[in-house]
Amino acid sequence: MSTTVEAMDKAMSVMTSAELASAQHSRETVGDFTAAEPRMVCRNVDVWYGNKQAIKNVSLDIGKNEVVSMIGPSGCGKSTFLRSLNRMNDTIVDCRVTGSIQLDGEEIYDKKLDPVPLRARVGMVFQKPNPFPKSIYENVAYGPRIHGLTNNKAELDELVEASLQKAGLWKEVKDRLDQPGTGLSGGQQQRLCIARTIAVSPEVILMDEPCSALDPIATAIVEELIDELRQNYSIAIVTHSMQQAARVSQRTAYFHLGDLIEVGETNHIFTNPQHKLTEDYITGRFG
Amino acid sequence: MNNINNIPSTSPAASDVPRRTIDIVNASLKRRYARERRFRRLGAFAVALGLSFVVLLFSDIVSKGYTAFAQTYIQLPLNLSAEVIDPSGSREPATLAAANYTKLIRDALRQQFPDLTERQALRRLYALVSVGAGDLVREQVVAEPALIGTTTELWVLADDDIDMLVKGNIDRTAAPEDRRVSDETIGWVTQLEQQGRVAKRFNTIFLTHGTSREPELAGIAGALMGSFYTLLLTLLLSFPIGVGAALYLEEFAPKNRWTDLIEVNINNLAAVPSIVFGLLGLAVFIGFFGIPRSTPLVAALVMTIMTLPTIIIASRVALKSVPPSIREAALGVGASALQTQFHHVLPLALPGMLTGAIIGMARALGESAPLLMIGMIAFIVDIPSGFTDSATVLPVQIFLWADSPERAFVERTSAAIIVLLAFLFLMNLAAVLLRRKFERRW
Repeated sequence: MSTTVEAMDKAMSVMTSAELASAQHSRETVGDFTAAEPRMVCRNVDVWYGNKQAIKNVSLDIGKNEVVSMIGPSGCGKSTFLRSLNRMNDTIVDCRVTGSIQLDGEEIYDKKLDPVPLRARVGMVFQKPNPFPKSIYENVAYGPRIHGLTNNKAELDELVEASLQKAGLWKEVKDRLDQPGTGLSGGQQQRLCIARTIAVSPEVILMDEPCSALDPIATAIVEELIDELRQNYSIAIVTHSMQQAARVSQRTAYFHLGDLIEVGETNHIFTNPQHKLTEDYITGRFG
Repeated sequence: MNNINNIPSTSPAASDVPRRTIDIVNASLKRRYARERRFRRLGAFAVALGLSFVVLLFSDIVSKGYTAFAQTYIQLPLNLSAEVIDPSGSREPATLAAANYTKLIRDALRQQFPDLTERQALRRLYALVSVGAGDLVREQVVAEPALIGTTTELWVLADDDIDMLVKGNIDRTAAPEDRRVSDETIGWVTQLEQQGRVAKRFNTIFLTHGTSREPELAGIAGALMGSFYTLLLTLLLSFPIGVGAALYLEEFAPKNRWTDLIEVNINNLAAVPSIVFGLLGLAVFIGFFGIPRSTPLVAALVMTIMTLPTIIIASRVALKSVPPSIREAALGVGASALQTQFHHVLPLALPGMLTGAIIGMARALGESAPLLMIGMIAFIVDIPSGFTDSATVLPVQIFLWADSPERAFVERTSAAIIVLLAFLFLMNLAAVLLRRKFERRW
């Protein structure tokens, strides 16, 4: 950690919560927001919905082969931030993003950059499992098909199988690939959505509360899967469960009212939070 | 409990004793249930009233119209002599078609009543059969040339007055000056009936012929084909345009003052009286573009403009009901906006769009006012065989027949309404079935 951060830590430690509340508009991020091998580099990102600022001056890296979890109370902007990483916010009228977000050194909000291939490189898994109302096979094959990733049916079959294998769903569905994906259970549907995402071999996977609609058993399976996926992908995950963040991520970012309050090694954040707000949140005093 | 105790009580003595909440609830319960019962009874009454009107309407139309599906024929032994029909013996269709079959029928009629010799009486006798009876016999002979040279018992089409008489629509006991058929004619018909030479047979003419001045020769085939061509072209034009417009407005167009204005105007157009569209069609399509009038082509263009708002509104509602998560899922794997729409959103919205289109088509099928403006009210005997042939449509045909004085057109009017309602019913049924079949859950 750099000396400036240490100095800031010191300053923070003497602040009371009343002072913190009064200093709401001048929050600096505590901790090191950079990653050793960054895949996505975000600097001074502001996101606006009309006149309302949802993300204030956030800088954060997502490194290679790591899981970065984003935690924070409802409405703190963590999902907004996640959605701005693959320009999913483009679909929302009135949404403006400023600052710099780079994927492998490429500015993703550059006017010349096409969001369609970007979304193939930065895949997304949503809060509610949203398989297409088509067969399991078609769900996974859709991405590769529109991007022309395979040359023939055999290759496509292979890719579908490999994706379902990676998502840990192959054994359960291999005999009923032609049945609708919507007929699966909630946990299976979410893994199908993960399989669909990894079928286009993205570089980064964004997950927006992927387990919030799942029961504990399905959650455990998906979490295990996230850990395996880390070997090949960079993952950013938004979660409401601090236990989940602690279990799956290497680094954790704590958001509060649009500010990125604190970033750090996950075990560090949960055992020794530097900022008062972080501490209050993870000890359950609010949120 | 404080505020409950504060509720003013009717008796001053009771106010000393604090009333329990459950007592207050129980006191009003009876009134609340009574109100609910009243509402339910009112609802049931409204439904029953509506249904009884539907039953009344249908039973009235069917009771008046079903007789039109039968037609009176008179069986006569026709001497189809080769000398009259085909003197040269060539059996060529042109020769067979040119022969005077009316004369053969008249000869056969005269044989039945050999006592009649007076010219005037014979003319009245000949009026027993339809003026088109000869043409029908010709068709039979041309189709079956082996009949030539034989004397065959053939069923000859009766005149519409005779048809009405046989069906009981003309009262035989009424005073002679009050009925269209004279005592003399009734006598002839009674004699033929006693010989078993009068029978009601299924009315194929009604379903296969175009309209005619003679009720017994009038059919709805012309109007039916006119409606078919008009609707087909209307569907082909309005569905793609309507769905395209809805897709663009709902999914691609920027949300600004202009698109708001367009939306308001589409809603307004849906409420414009249909005759206005007829005037527009007359002025623009016929007057300016010079499209021939009273053709299915110009009718379809007018109907397209008329049904477009309905289809656009229904399609937009259908698109709105597709959950955004499906769009996000498709965009999330890198589908383009167009791929997202055509691969995922459109298939899910299609049942709703089809329902809207069929309801629009049903409205177009029943529409007559705008078509009067573009010349579809013309008296057209020929069955149209294309989009640019002169034609009329079912509702206009009903209107024309309802206006005709002959008693036999009353039942034909009702029968045409039955056919129109049957098609409307089928189209609505198709809308329901399509929705059931293509509806997908997610």
